[in-house]
Amino acid sequence: MTDQTIHVPNPDVDPLRENVLAGDATESDVASIRRQTSVYVYEAPVRIWHWINALGITVLCVTGWFIASPPPSMQIDEATHQFVFGYIRFAHFAAAYIVTIGFLGRIYWAIVGNYHARQLFIVPVWNRHYWKEVIHEIRWYFFLAKDPKKYVGHNPLAHIAMFGFMTLGLTFMIVSGFALYSEGAGQGSWADTLFGWVIPLVGGSQALHGLHHLGMWMIVVFILIHIYAAIREDILSRQSIVSTMISGHRTFKDDDPN
Amino acid sequence: MSQIETFYDVMRRQGITRRSFMKYCSLTAAALGLGPAYVPKIAHAMETKPRTPVIWVHGLECTCCSESFIRSAHPLAKDVVLSMISLDYDDTLMAAAGHQAEAALEDTIEKYKGNYILAVEGNPPLNEDGMYCIVGGKPFVDQLRHAAKDAKAIISWGACASYGCVQAAAPNPTQATPVHKVITDKPIIKVPGCPPIAEVMTGVITYMLTFDRLPQLDRQGRPQMFYSQRIHDKCYRRPHFDAGQFVEAWDDENARKGYCLYKMGCKGPTTYNACSTVRWNEGVSFPIQSGHGCIGCSEDGFWDAGSFYDRVTDLTQFGVEANADRIGMATAGVVGAGVAAHAAASILVSAQRKAQSKKSQSEEA
Repeated sequence: MTDQTIHVPNPDVDPLRENVLAGDATESDVASIRRQTSVYVYEAPVRIWHWINALGITVLCVTGWFIASPPPSMQIDEATHQFVFGYIRFAHFAAAYIVTIGFLGRIYWAIVGNYHARQLFIVPVWNRHYWKEVIHEIRWYFFLAKDPKKYVGHNPLAHIAMFGFMTLGLTFMIVSGFALYSEGAGQGSWADTLFGWVIPLVGGSQALHGLHHLGMWMIVVFILIHIYAAIREDILSRQSIVSTMISGHRTFKDDDPN
Repeated sequence: MSQIETFYDVMRRQGITRRSFMKYCSLTAAALGLGPAYVPKIAHAMETKPRTPVIWVHGLECTCCSESFIRSAHPLAKDVVLSMISLDYDDTLMAAAGHQAEAALEDTIEKYKGNYILAVEGNPPLNEDGMYCIVGGKPFVDQLRHAAKDAKAIISWGACASYGCVQAAAPNPTQATPVHKVITDKPIIKVPGCPPIAEVMTGVITYMLTFDRLPQLDRQGRPQMFYSQRIHDKCYRRPHFDAGQFVEAWDDENARKGYCLYKMGCKGPTTYNACSTVRWNEGVSFPIQSGHGCIGCSEDGFWDAGSFYDRVTDLTQFGVEANADRIGMATAGVVGAGVAAHAAASILVSAQRKAQSKKSQSEEA
C-alpha cells in the first residue's frame, strides 16, 4: 500500500479468504481488491464470446423452432424463385458455424486466458470448500441464508449450471447438430467423417432429430434461468453481475472482507 | 451333375438372343449406376462365371420382400432367378416342398461350402428357444445358424432381417432379433425397407455376382449405392421444401399442387433409401409422388418411431405419450413459473428485511 491510496489502509484485514480456498478467487484477485474497488474478471475475448454466443443461440433457437414447425406456406413466387425455408435453414447453419467456431475460440482462451477463463470448463468437485459454498448458495436461493456472499467469478451454483448447460450442453448440440448437418452435406463430408457415427449410435436420423430438438428446450430453460439469476443477483447480491459481462470488472457493493 | 452352367449358357438355353443379352447387360450397368465401360465387363462375367448358389431362408416375415423381388424390372426377377443365380433353396419360390426342399438345402450347403450366399428374409425370434418360428419342425434360428456357418456372405433382406421391423416393435414378446445380432462372424449386407425396392434387391445380387465382392457399405452395413442419401435429398418436391411451400391438410389446394409433405409428417428427411431415384413398379411412382409422405420403412426401429404422420418421435420412456415439443414446453413453462414465483418471493423477502432493518434502526434511535 502506497501513501497515495484513496482507501483507508488496513493491512490487518485479509479479504475473501474462503473464496481463495473454494477456488473462486486467486491471490492476485485479493491483491487487486486492496488496490482498487474492482477485480478484472472477464477479459475482452470472454465478453465478446459471451455476446456472440448469446446472439447465435437466439438465432439458432428461433430458426430451429421454424425448421421443426415451418411457418405457414407462402405464395410469393414460383418455387424456383422463392427460398423462404432455405433461408431459414441457411441462418440456422450459419449461426451454428459461428457458435461452434466461437466455442472453439473460447476453449483456446481457457488455455491462454486468465484464471477465471478456465472456470467454465472445470468444476472443482474434489474441493471440500467448494461444496460448502454450493450448499450456502442453495440455501441463499431457498431464502434460508440471510445474507449472500461475495464471489469474484461465478457463484458455485452458477458454476455447476454453466458447466452442465453450456460446456456439456453446447458440446452436445454442436456434435448432434453437425451429425444432422452431415446428412445434407453427404457421406465423406467433414461433418460426416467427424460426427456421422452419432446417427446410428442413437438409433437413426429421426431419433437424433428428436434429441437435438430436446436440446433446444434445454437451452431455452437455461436462458430463462440465466437471465433471471443474473438480474436477481445484480440487485440482491453484493457484487455486480450484468455490467461485469460488459466491462469485465466485478465491483463489490460493500467493504466487508468476507 | 457335370460342370455348373455359366449365366450366359443358361440364358442362351432359354432362347435369349445375344442381342437381348447385351441389352440386359447395359440395363443392369445403368441400374447399378455404372458407366458404359462396365457393360462388356458384366457380359464377360456372365459368360465365364459359374452361377452363384443362393440359399434364401424365411424367418418371421410377411414375404413382402419376395413379393417385391419378383417384380424387379431391370433386371427382371426371372432373369435373376433363372439365369444369374442358382437359387437352390427358397421355400416360397421353389417347386419342391417338404422333405425334398429340406434335402435341397442340405445338398447346397454340403456341395458349395463357403461359396454360397445366404439371403435371409425375416428374422429369428429367440424367446422360448426360438419356438415362435418353426421351419421343417425345427426353430428357424437353428436353420439360420446352420446355413450361415458355411456361407460366403449374408444378405439381410428388408427391415425384418436388418433391424427387426414390426415383430421386434416394443414390447417384442417373441424377442425377434435382427440377423446381425445372431450371426456375428460373417459379412452381412443390410438391404432395409418394408419391402426393399425390387431393383435394389436384384441390383445388389447382380453387383456381387459381377464383381465377386460385396458392394461398398456404409456405417450401418447398407450398400452405399442405394442407401447413401435420404429420400429427401433427391425428392422431386424438394424445391417446394426450400421455398417453404407445404401441404397443410390432406385435401387442400397445396396437396393438389403437389407441394412438400414435410408438415404432414413425411419422413423423407430422416430416411435413407433409393425410392426417390429408382422408384417402384418399373419406376412408375413412389409414395411421395402418389401424394403420401414417406413412412420411413427402411430406418431402424421404424415401428417404434411414433406415428407415420409425425416427424417428432413420441418419447414413451417418459411414461406417458409425450414428444420433444410437449416435454420442452412443459419444462420451460414450469421453469418460467418457478422463476416468476422465485422473483416474487425475492421481492417480498427483501422488502420485509428492509422494513425490519428500518424498524430496528428507529428503535435504536
